[in-house]
Amino acid sequence: MKAEARRTALWLLGAAALTVAPHALHLPAWLSALCAALLAIRGIGLWHPRARLPRLAVLVLALTGAVAVKLHFGHFFGKDPGIALLAALLCLKLMEGDSARDVRAAVLLCFFLQLGLFFYNQTMGIALLALGGTLLATVALLSLHLVAAPPAMQLRTGALLLGQALPFMLVLFILFPRVQGPLWGLPADAYSAVSGLSDSMSPGTISQLSLSDAIAFRAEFAGEPPPAAQRYWRGPVLNDFDGRSWRARRPALAGEPAYTPSGPTLAYRLTLEAHNPRWLLALDYADRGLSGVRYASDFQLLAEQPVRSRSRFDLRSRPDSLVGRQESTATLTAALALPATGNPRARALAAELAAGTDSPRAVLERTVAHFRGGAYAYTLSPQLLAGDSVDGFLFDSREGFCEHFASAFVFLMRAAGVPARVVTGYQGGQINPVDGVLVVRQSDAHAWAEVWLPGEGWQRVDPTAAAVPQRIEAGLGDAIRAGDPRPLLMRPQFSWLVQFRHRWEAISNHWNQWVLGYNPDRQRELLAGLGLAQADWRTLGVMMSAAAALLFAALLGWAYRQHRRQDPLDRAWAAFCRKSASRGLPRQPWEGPLDYGRRLVHAFPGQAAELERIAQQYAQLRYRGPAGRSDVRALSERIRRLKLR
Amino acid sequence: MIQAPSLPQRLRRHFERWLFRIDRPESGPIRLQQRRIFVLPSGAGLAFAGALLVMLLASINYNLSLGYALTFLLGGIGVTGIVHAFRNLLHLEIRAARCEPVFCGQPARFALHLENRRGTPRPALRLSTDAGSTLLDLPSEDAAEAQLSRPTTRRGWLPLGRVIIETRYPLGLIRAWSIVQPDLRCLVYPAPETSPPPLPIGGQAVHGKCPPAAGDDDFAGLREHQRGDSPRHVAWKALARGAPLLTKQFAGQAGNEIALDWHSLPHTLPPEARLARLAAWLLAAHAQGRTFSLRLGTHSLPRGSGSRHLHDGLRLLALHGLSDEG
Repeated sequence: MKAEARRTALWLLGAAALTVAPHALHLPAWLSALCAALLAIRGIGLWHPRARLPRLAVLVLALTGAVAVKLHFGHFFGKDPGIALLAALLCLKLMEGDSARDVRAAVLLCFFLQLGLFFYNQTMGIALLALGGTLLATVALLSLHLVAAPPAMQLRTGALLLGQALPFMLVLFILFPRVQGPLWGLPADAYSAVSGLSDSMSPGTISQLSLSDAIAFRAEFAGEPPPAAQRYWRGPVLNDFDGRSWRARRPALAGEPAYTPSGPTLAYRLTLEAHNPRWLLALDYADRGLSGVRYASDFQLLAEQPVRSRSRFDLRSRPDSLVGRQESTATLTAALALPATGNPRARALAAELAAGTDSPRAVLERTVAHFRGGAYAYTLSPQLLAGDSVDGFLFDSREGFCEHFASAFVFLMRAAGVPARVVTGYQGGQINPVDGVLVVRQSDAHAWAEVWLPGEGWQRVDPTAAAVPQRIEAGLGDAIRAGDPRPLLMRPQFSWLVQFRHRWEAISNHWNQWVLGYNPDRQRELLAGLGLAQADWRTLGVMMSAAAALLFAALLGWAYRQHRRQDPLDRAWAAFCRKSASRGLPRQPWEGPLDYGRRLVHAFPGQAAELERIAQQYAQLRYRGPAGRSDVRALSERIRRLKLR
Repeated sequence: MIQAPSLPQRLRRHFERWLFRIDRPESGPIRLQQRRIFVLPSGAGLAFAGALLVMLLASINYNLSLGYALTFLLGGIGVTGIVHAFRNLLHLEIRAARCEPVFCGQPARFALHLENRRGTPRPALRLSTDAGSTLLDLPSEDAAEAQLSRPTTRRGWLPLGRVIIETRYPLGLIRAWSIVQPDLRCLVYPAPETSPPPLPIGGQAVHGKCPPAAGDDDFAGLREHQRGDSPRHVAWKALARGAPLLTKQFAGQAGNEIALDWHSLPHTLPPEARLARLAAWLLAAHAQGRTFSLRLGTHSLPRGSGSRHLHDGLRLLALHGLSDEG
């Protein structure tokens, strides 16, 4: 293999490796292994021509790979099998040959796969990886035409191309008229499962979620954020209990809230990570007149569309509003329903708590007191409870996570005849000291209860807070028993990591808001900031074309500038030759300055002395050591004044 | 045989003539200006553009912000490539260098002198005629010579014709090209007859073996040195005394004079065959170091010898009956 071809192949191999490697996170393991093996064989084959797969083997591998992808995913259509096929194709393409056409095809595959990376992950790290892959792929293409140059030069030229392309990218990114996708139906696997709350809860669902450090959403408050104990972010409201799991009912939706908002207002901007369902996580209770949202009868706030990408909502909440004072009978009946049998000890306890009073508030206070004094432990890894889970928690294990507390509490309330329901959502969150944004993670997922009291409406009750006050005041990390497993960054010895994470997340937030979240709305906002309030796609198109044309002109200027950097002495002599040429006596290519001068003297005897002097001076300055700047200037002045007659 | 160009070819030629405003060879150095450099995407470039379109649609459909960014970055690279390709040709200087005469049937080799006055290299320049192409890299502030060859089928002048100078640098996605027609032509000598009759010594065809040229003993005088003269015959002593480079002439070389004449050849021989025979004889006479003269209708070549003389003779044969313009 020739050195030049090997160099191209190496660049391409690098590009392919850099492109396929991050895909290993979601490709089936067998495919990742196959890709790694193929790339390794290719690498070895560059030096040992014998270590190459025969054509037939490549073909067989391609066919088996396709069949295996079909078997693995069950279908061909969709992004996961598509990416898997592309990755296999790229690695096999590398085995095929070294012709320019093969290289070009492989480079296009690399670009497709780099785009494919963004289906799964659009963080800054992945963006950098893709940029590196793009650079290597570009250099691979370049090396087909910049054959003789050393690798460093090829890399430099590739970087130059990329650097010159960046302004175009910025202009197009900002001004290209954005359309909100999708343009057509997406395959079923377009939105893979993401962690987050669900519309049902059974023992263990939320504690599983609590081990995840992933960010659920961010909130940026216009003023001072409320204290941690008031930060209840409402998610799905669960009403139906089957003895083990709680499920949500489909609430009625309206354009206005079902209550009268009152009291002070908290304004904040919610940036919700993609979680697929429609519900938002608003602070209780949402104010009226919010745009782009629907109000549910159970006080949830819902988006118009499923939240399938990170989305931003400008919200307000009125925490002191009284809600549900005139609740429908149907809702109240549903909030009292219990399975006919099961959990007999809990029912007995409820009867005991309700004995001797007909005031729901008294029942409520007694129940809360039971939790406060019951020596219940808060743990992320409670014992598994079989059978009557409420009984098991209340009387036997006496340890659990918020879902156990909420579930047991609501059960007791209902059994005692007080309408109650479970509310899931997030509680607390951490303020990033770097940018002041409140960050709420999956580990802040929480479940609490809501109790309906006549005349007062729905009241929030957090049995977890009653039993384990630290959970609400100081967060999960401090509430769990020492020695229990807890999220990594909640361990005290990693405080420096926490500092680092704060910084990183502040940067990520900007990245999310301005790069990943740059959508039609954001584009309109930005242009409105520039004074173009009503920019439609035509205006954008014109602006984009104009900006691109300007950039192109600047590049052309760069192309020309390279030629003007001429020695002043050369320039002066060229001017002299032009002058003489315009009188019909061009300098012949083989003619030295003195010969040319002599010929001119013959033609213009009247200016013999001047012509001779110019030719001689030029020859001296050119060929006798370094020319002094003043001499060169004198000569060019002489030439400028010369008028051939 | 040369076939008449088909209609599309003729149309294309007309179009290019109009576009490039070249209808005759350009004398002097040709400096490629912006006006005559053309830039269009290559086949690979179109495929690239198609791929970008797919990527853009995917980005829109899945709302991939970074997908937009990648697509636009690649688009930017493509646009940048246009300027790079254009710049690779801009202000390139092309000059007709030389072309040695060849015998008909041998490929004519045209040398073009390419000069890069810029401080950056110009890689991947391809020069092509309708008969072949050559690829070269031009380092910064340097010059290089490009060889282009064309097959020869007729004696006389063979012009180099249109040369397409193109580049697909940097990424192969863009083709920038220009068409030039340097003033360079090749003199094609008639192909010598392969087994000609022996040389006609003294005007008569001599049968049998030619007597060898006389020895070096009869010094006849000095004449101006010509390229191709044997170094053994250079008057080194005279040179040492300060005289110009001279060649010693010997009586022996003048011994067997040959007068070659078009009309002395059999009339049955067609003209081209006669030229072929004369060419073969000129070569034979030169190889044997003889003095010869040539009469060719109105043109004639006085007695003489040496390679310059040989080439003068062959030139007469090549251009016999043709206008000098070729």
